[in-house]
Amino acid sequence: MRVMAIVVRIIRQFFRDKRTLALMIVAPMFILLLMDLVFNGEQYKPAIAVSEHVPDMVVDKLKEAGAKVKELSEQQAREQLDDQDIDAWLEMNGSAPHVTLEGSDPTANQAVMAAVQQAFQSMAPKPPFQLKTTYWHGSSDMASFDYFGPVLIGFFVFFFVFLIAGVSFLRERTNGTLERLMATPLRRWEMVAGYMIGFGLFTTIQASLISWFAIDGLDMMMEGSFGYVLLITFLLAMTALALGMLLSAFANNELQMMQFIPLVVVPQVFFSGLFNLDTMEEWLRSLSVIMPLTYGADALRDIMVRGKGFSAIAVDVYVLLGFTLLFMVLNVVALKKYRKL
Amino acid sequence: MSVHPPIQVERVSKRFGKKVVIDDVSLDVRAGEIFGLLGPSGAGKTTLVRMIAGIDQASEGTIRVLGANMPNLGAMKRIGFMAQSDALYGELTALENMQFFASIYGLRGKKQKERIDDMLALVNLTDDRKKPVHQYSGGMKRRLSLAIALLHEPDVLILDEPTVGIDPVLRQSIWAELERIRQRGTTIVVTTHVMDEAEKCGRLGMIREGRLIAVGRPDELKQKAGAETIEQAFLTFGGARR
Ligand SMILES: Nc1ncnc2c1ncn2[C@@H]1O[C@H](COP(=O)(O)OP(=O)(O)O)[C@@H](O)[C@H]1O
Ligand SMILES: [Mg+2]
Repeated sequence: MRVMAIVVRIIRQFFRDKRTLALMIVAPMFILLLMDLVFNGEQYKPAIAVSEHVPDMVVDKLKEAGAKVKELSEQQAREQLDDQDIDAWLEMNGSAPHVTLEGSDPTANQAVMAAVQQAFQSMAPKPPFQLKTTYWHGSSDMASFDYFGPVLIGFFVFFFVFLIAGVSFLRERTNGTLERLMATPLRRWEMVAGYMIGFGLFTTIQASLISWFAIDGLDMMMEGSFGYVLLITFLLAMTALALGMLLSAFANNELQMMQFIPLVVVPQVFFSGLFNLDTMEEWLRSLSVIMPLTYGADALRDIMVRGKGFSAIAVDVYVLLGFTLLFMVLNVVALKKYRKL
Repeated sequence: MSVHPPIQVERVSKRFGKKVVIDDVSLDVRAGEIFGLLGPSGAGKTTLVRMIAGIDQASEGTIRVLGANMPNLGAMKRIGFMAQSDALYGELTALENMQFFASIYGLRGKKQKERIDDMLALVNLTDDRKKPVHQYSGGMKRRLSLAIALLHEPDVLILDEPTVGIDPVLRQSIWAELERIRQRGTTIVVTTHVMDEAEKCGRLGMIREGRLIAVGRPDELKQKAGAETIEQAFLTFGGARR
């Protein structure tokens, strides 16, 4: 069958091109590992200077809360704040504590405030009742990486497949082989199908490896079924594949293909839930409806963080399937540029 | 086989936007002949043979190949096409390139292997068949393209400037090969802008600025123009139209 001829050829080309193979699989894992190291690093230990009037008990409590504490005069403290040797300066105005933050690093600010609040809270009389917290989803030791993670998996699969599919198909256009194939009885849909299957095999392996690495290797939070994660990453990859092929029709060289990244790929990251969109203008937020990554990320989060089953991700699955089919049909139409039949 | 000529071009014009690239061309190519399309660069040779091969569509007029109105996928199965620039997969070996195109034409198994071996031997690439094509010289790539165009034993072979960038010795051997293919009954259309190559064609169509200025056997054309060489004849026919 002619479709199989294309599949076999694509697989052979892939094995010849070890670099691309490595890029598709190793690069996403490497970046996920880096993100993991950055977001899951040791908690920040703030350096807090205290005036002599601060009670010893508070100093002890600050240390307990993980801060590095030293006693300084006001003059010294000002100098050290200026040199960023300390993150904050704690003094007492009568019985009221007063904190001066160095202030340029939000992470340090938060760490200081958490330590100080914890220290003074433990000194206040016990409240008559204690608030009890239960987590509907997630848990108290869920890291922010666990929340970003599903979006990142989706994003990397999408990004790398988009790029490589786009560049490969572009090469087929620029080196004349696409036109040459149009002089054979190959049908336009067979061309598209061959690419989808040939690349699909690779992206399946790629998506599985990335998901496995993130979940088992990096120990990302995983409440739901691994099979569903694979289903979604596969569908995202197929969407990216069809879209990459389609957009390659509008690029004349590899650099122009790269220029689609800020236009097509990066906005999807902002809209797909890596950042909270609730504060955004309504009309702007609705843009996310046309972005495939929105559905992929939403489904991955439902599976990995909230442990949901198929009924929760069904809509996302159908929408991604719809995107893939739509882009495939558009590809068949776009090939008319090379042969009317 | 039918009594109709295998290729019939009837009053064909082709426009790109407003630009007329092929202007009211009619010609027949007869079974088992080598038909040369001779003309300077930009004359419209590539455009014309692409329409004959079914890749492009005429703006006006009809093209019939092997009895079918082009473009037609059924007829395309019986056409071999060699493009002006080599369209090969550089990272694959010659053998893998041939296997790919053979499967596209539906050749399988033992038959595929036989045809590939025969064609590799024909263009003298048997020893280099396992080399990746990006290591090939320009001449080797042209020969491989020719071998690929011949894989499925086409009834009609269309070659767009097959000898460009090929050294004179190899050029001779390719023309000798075309003659052998013709003798086995294949109809061949070949474009060229090299005047002395034109002498080797059975019949010749001279094309200039999209118009067919003369058709006939090389000796016939020279005689008609009262010229010593094809080049002079071309100039005479071209000038006569002005
Ligand atoms: N796709 C196209 N769009 C616009 N003009 C074209 C296109 N293809 C060819 N042409 C023009 O048609 C003319 C004939 O080109 P071509 O058939 O390639 O000539 P030849 O093969 O004889 O050198 C040239 O002037 C070329 O610029
Ligand atoms: Mg040409």
